[in-house]
Amino acid sequence: MRKFALLATAFALLPLAQAQEPAAAAPAEEAVAIDWAHWQAGNEIGNTASLQRGARNFMGYCAGCHSLKYNRYSRVAEDLKINDGQLSEYLLPAGSRKADYIITSLAYEDGEAWFGKAPPDLSLITRSKGSDYVYQFLKTFYADPATPTGVNNLALPGTAMPHVLSDLQGVQRGVFRTVESKGASGEITRSEEFVNFDNPVPGQLTAAQYDEFVRDTVNFLDYAGEPYKAKRIDLGIWVTLFLLVFTGLAYLLKKEYWRDVK
Amino acid sequence: MAATPDSVPAAKKGGFRVWLNKRLPVDEFVESQLTGYYAPKNFNIWYFFGALSLMVFVLQIVSGIFLTMHYKPSEAEAFNSVEYIMREVEWGWLIRYMHSTGASFFFIVIYLHMFRAMMYGSYRGPRELLWIFGMVIYLALMAEAFMGYVLPWGNMSYWGAQVIVNLFGTIPVIGPGLVEWIRGDYGIADSTLNRFFALHVIAVPFAIALLIALHLVALRQTGSNNPDGIEIKAKIGADGKPIDGIPFHPYYTVKDLVGVGVFLLFFCGVIFFVPTFGGLFLEKPNFEPANALSTPAHIAPVWYFTAYYAMLRAVPDQQMGALLMLCSLVVFFFLPWLDRSPVKSIRYKGILSKIFLTLFVISFIGLSYLGLMPAEPIYVVFTRIFTVLYFAFFLLMPWYTSVEKCKPAPERVTYHA
Repeated sequence: MRKFALLATAFALLPLAQAQEPAAAAPAEEAVAIDWAHWQAGNEIGNTASLQRGARNFMGYCAGCHSLKYNRYSRVAEDLKINDGQLSEYLLPAGSRKADYIITSLAYEDGEAWFGKAPPDLSLITRSKGSDYVYQFLKTFYADPATPTGVNNLALPGTAMPHVLSDLQGVQRGVFRTVESKGASGEITRSEEFVNFDNPVPGQLTAAQYDEFVRDTVNFLDYAGEPYKAKRIDLGIWVTLFLLVFTGLAYLLKKEYWRDVK
Repeated sequence: MAATPDSVPAAKKGGFRVWLNKRLPVDEFVESQLTGYYAPKNFNIWYFFGALSLMVFVLQIVSGIFLTMHYKPSEAEAFNSVEYIMREVEWGWLIRYMHSTGASFFFIVIYLHMFRAMMYGSYRGPRELLWIFGMVIYLALMAEAFMGYVLPWGNMSYWGAQVIVNLFGTIPVIGPGLVEWIRGDYGIADSTLNRFFALHVIAVPFAIALLIALHLVALRQTGSNNPDGIEIKAKIGADGKPIDGIPFHPYYTVKDLVGVGVFLLFFCGVIFFVPTFGGLFLEKPNFEPANALSTPAHIAPVWYFTAYYAMLRAVPDQQMGALLMLCSLVVFFFLPWLDRSPVKSIRYKGILSKIFLTLFVISFIGLSYLGLMPAEPIYVVFTRIFTVLYFAFFLLMPWYTSVEKCKPAPERVTYHA
């Protein structure tokens, strides 16, 4: 309910914002556009506390619509050092068994009917799109009355997903400017270029807290995309050390054998 | 019973070995192939890549066998079974990364191995057949890698297969029918995946193994070339062995061990720290299941094919493009007869050979890079320039190798202990 109230407030503010635009146009011209497309998630796959918070975030905010169909609850608990009690209390939805795969209760047909596109499975989202993309996506929702959900997204324009984290982040307004560019044959084309966000409707979290929230969630999705990732990197260090010793010994052996080659 | 005390330990010592060698020529084989096979003593770093190619081949076979135990070659299950291997099979992730990284490293070592041959004239007589066997291995490897790439049934697998298989459709008259025959369906489908699996795990690896055997037998017959491009067999010592030769075992086996160590440092570095290699070894769109309704924004084959893919795209006409691509591979086979130089090695060839070889390398790397990029006009211009330089290396070779001034090749190999 709160979410919708926030959205409504955002819409109420919009005409106001638009009215201000001519005045704001001049300074916006000089403003440096936010380079959101290069934002990096900066998540740490070896940070178990962050992964645990990410799992909680996912089950609380994402799992209602999105599956992680290749991940089992039990395996997540084992890898993230979550004990049985915590697993049942915080993560396991009613009616699910520990060994079950993480499947949303939202039926595919319902998803299609409600959003126009069924919410995708997220088990491999960080692998197919990258962690940075997911981070950018979750941070670049902005109010847009032209869409059915009232929000749009810079990373995925026209997304069917509502801003489910709006009660945490609030609803930010996107500031755009019109840029004119000359085409090859001299014709002038105008296009909207994103400049920055302002945050007329605050959420429960500060910008820094929301950033942390998103980073933890992305970290968990990164884990879900490749559960062995942290172990792989840890093992890799030992393998490298072994190979350095092996190569060193092999080199000494070669030198010894080649002593008599003149 | 009648044996003297002296003869008893001797008989015991040689017992099994004698018994075995009467039935299987083990010692004879080791003698002829390793301890009695004399290789030039002046091999440099470029001579590691033959042995390394063989090692990667074995690694691919072994990791491949374990993958087939869990992989399911069907449209419905292939993608899921790969994720099952990555997540639920013990050490499955390691086996899969070994295999996927192995594919790219196979091409890296093969390309370096081929470049070595081109630098030192290893394709020249009497090693023409050795070179040709090698080239056939390379072609078989391309087929093997392509079909293997389709198996995970990701979206890039699917669309890549679509593009490559359609190339056969450019063949006049039989093209369209041939494409249908290859796919076993009207589109890339379950039947395509299933037959690619059969070819990938049995037919092509078996052919490659046989070709490797032929490649090695031919090598034993002619002996290795070396960085000086002279024949060590021309200088035989009093013991009947080449003066500049040393037994392959133990000298080159211990030396190759160092190469193996260094190679594995790179190989394992990729497996454990960057298995996707920034989307170059495992492409991002391939983490989405095959989808006939959603074309990836930008279809490109894996990096080891992109030089040829770039040439294909450089020609406006698809049929001509496919023909050009075919020529770019076939022309390698004629290398032994295009080279008219009095010397084999680049060390003693003239300046023109050095320039053309350098331009060839730049073109190949440039084309590989451009093949990964979208086909924008400026890229197409560069692709055409590089394509011309690529072919110039081969087609102008009879000219520049016969007019340039070469240094005389030395009598003995250059070696500094």
